[in-house]
Amino acid sequence: MPVTEKNWTPKIVAFCCNWCSYAGADLAGSGRLSYPADIKIIRVPCSCRVNPLFILRAFERGADGVIICGCHPGDCHYTSGNYYARRRMTLLFSMLDYLGIERGRTRVEWVSAAEGGKFSNTMNEFARTITELGENRKLGDLRCK
Amino acid sequence: MRKFAASQAESIIRSIPMPVYLPVEKEGLVEYARYEEGVKLALDTCKTEKSPKDVLFPQWEDLMHFRVEGKNITLTEQERCSQDYVLFGARACDIRAFKVLDKVFLADPVDTYYAARRQHGIIVAMACGEPLDSCFCGVFGVDPAEPEADVILWKVGEEYYADSRTEKGKKLLDSWPTQPAEEAPVKAAKADIAKKLDSKPFAHLNLKGFDGDHMKELFASPKWKQLSLACLGCGSCTFACPTCQCYDIRDYDTGHGVQRYRCWDSCMYSDFTLMAAGTPRPTQLERYRQRFMHKLVYFPANNDGMYSCVGCGRCVRKCPMNLNIVKVIKALGEGNK
Amino acid sequence: MQVIANAIKKRALELLADGTVARVLGWQPGEQQSDWSPALFESADDMKDFVYGKYAGANLSKTCLKFNKAEGKTLVVLKPCDALSFNQLLKEHRLNRDKFYIIGAGCKGMEDENGLLLKCQCCKGKTFEVFDEVIDDEESRRLPPSDRFEQVARLEKMTHQERFDFWRSELSRCIRCNACRNVCPACTCQKCVFDNPDSGVAAKANTTDFEENMFHIIRAFHVAGRCTDCGECSRVCPQHIPLHLLNRKFIKDIDELYGDYQAGIGEEERTPLTTYTKTDADPGVVHERGNE
Repeated sequence: MPVTEKNWTPKIVAFCCNWCSYAGADLAGSGRLSYPADIKIIRVPCSCRVNPLFILRAFERGADGVIICGCHPGDCHYTSGNYYARRRMTLLFSMLDYLGIERGRTRVEWVSAAEGGKFSNTMNEFARTITELGENRKLGDLRCK
Repeated sequence: MRKFAASQAESIIRSIPMPVYLPVEKEGLVEYARYEEGVKLALDTCKTEKSPKDVLFPQWEDLMHFRVEGKNITLTEQERCSQDYVLFGARACDIRAFKVLDKVFLADPVDTYYAARRQHGIIVAMACGEPLDSCFCGVFGVDPAEPEADVILWKVGEEYYADSRTEKGKKLLDSWPTQPAEEAPVKAAKADIAKKLDSKPFAHLNLKGFDGDHMKELFASPKWKQLSLACLGCGSCTFACPTCQCYDIRDYDTGHGVQRYRCWDSCMYSDFTLMAAGTPRPTQLERYRQRFMHKLVYFPANNDGMYSCVGCGRCVRKCPMNLNIVKVIKALGEGNK
Repeated sequence: MQVIANAIKKRALELLADGTVARVLGWQPGEQQSDWSPALFESADDMKDFVYGKYAGANLSKTCLKFNKAEGKTLVVLKPCDALSFNQLLKEHRLNRDKFYIIGAGCKGMEDENGLLLKCQCCKGKTFEVFDEVIDDEESRRLPPSDRFEQVARLEKMTHQERFDFWRSELSRCIRCNACRNVCPACTCQKCVFDNPDSGVAAKANTTDFEENMFHIIRAFHVAGRCTDCGECSRVCPQHIPLHLLNRKFIKDIDELYGDYQAGIGEEERTPLTTYTKTDADPGVVHERGNE
């Protein structure tokens, strides 16, 4: 078990695309499906708006996990944004893995506007994974503590 | 004159009751690092990758922290160095470079961060036994056999001969288990070092013409175009150089305040001292010219003839495009045509 | 190599004399045996210093950017790997083909004072992607066998902690001199994100280990798909960090996931990261590969 501070709860940043996954999050809310409050949602117009620098910055500022949610491939509101995001994120996660950052800390999930249940399940599962992995020590910035 | 066996060096270093910075080998590269158990000493290495300028003037250091909580701002100033330490195994060129840095940092207004570190340092120098082909310290009046330090060590065979040159050096040397020694072996070693240095390819560079009187002529020379063509504008030469001293002060937003730190800067960078109206050195030619004019003309003109180069040769070894001060001196110096 | 060098010099002199080119980009010797530097020759008289040979390791394609708008044509001597970078720059519309006369120079492997350059130990090929004429010989066309991705594969097989320790020990030496970025032909942004104070990541020194990691991850990412694997980044690093292992990891991933790809070939402007297929692998595939 990795050493963690007492009372540590995972801090997770979720980049959600406005048209599908953010609406899915909204649906989870109206359906009263719960997911942890540690998850901070950042709304972006499309999953391909997510720059690798955003992900690294999230880790730098104390995030223990980062998840990117977008429309299902083929259903992107901007036609092809999520296809580019898919390639970009695959390569980025592979590079983070190569540098020794735990795999479970990053994830991409395709959630549609109708999938409130999937959104809440995904977030619960991700929060569990991060809790098991423990605090992010490898990719944090001590100055920001 | 005292002496001790080379094999005793590590136990002497271990016994010094304060931090010791010395050349250490890690993965094939030799750099200055703090002594700890298990490090691999590299006292006989002539040239470390970077110079020990880090010890007096680190690549980055915090100046102060601001923490913002609501409407309250707390300022925490960085403590100045207050503990004595030893710089062990420094070479004559790097130690002369400290004198260049002193001219800049100890001039009014005094840089208190640097001054504190300078004051608390005890320098134990190593005379050079085997100068490298890229060494030309003699050109700038540096004697590799007589570094300007508190204690000097000469390696003769399997022994280190030691002599102190200052009060604090004597105090340190007296605390070591040493035996009395003859002066003669050291004299022989010094003569040997001088002969070796003299045979190096750059030992006889002529600095004639590099002075304030020739400033305009050198500045306007058409040779800068060819000299600077391949320059990448990276900071390799600046960061390896023991006399380069420019720095930038930056504020970093930590999310809950600001970390103000200073870090090495390089005049080769395009955003060096960038002002709102732009930069007075728009292309790499002007920046390249600036660096060498500073080292060979402006600095000596402002500092009684002291050049801002000590002939360590790191730029000769480090530049990715093989540009260096030797090529500049040969191209522009009157005596080298 | 001397025969090739003489032929190149002769041709360059001819082209200068008849006015086809206004200047020549090549190399000049240094003070010691192996410290050649890229140099500009503007007249037949200048050309007496021109050299080509086994110490001509630098990639001249990025230096061409300085002459893209110059008066008249510039003759540039490119090795096969340099020609790939040059073509990539052409595809990105950074260089104007009409302003350059390219002599493809045969290469038998480049050296420095420590022997064969690291990048030449895995030579990608001896054919020239772009040229106006080629001056080589049979020996320089021979391609020694090599496994470009062997070290990357070895790293992939390590455990997470081993990889993390390896990269920490390598990247902690980084002094942010920016030599790797400045020499890279794929790094041609007018204002680099790391020099732009508005980006929030601009810095001149690595004040934390996070910054040491971030600079290299992001730089490798920014050139991913456009990096021709010319190997200059590792050659120029003053701290001897094996940066090519980061770029080759991206290339290996791209080859495995999206089909073999070599930047700098052909005329297709789209790179793997600016194109897609509908059946690309999901990022979850990272969890199934390599070692945990």
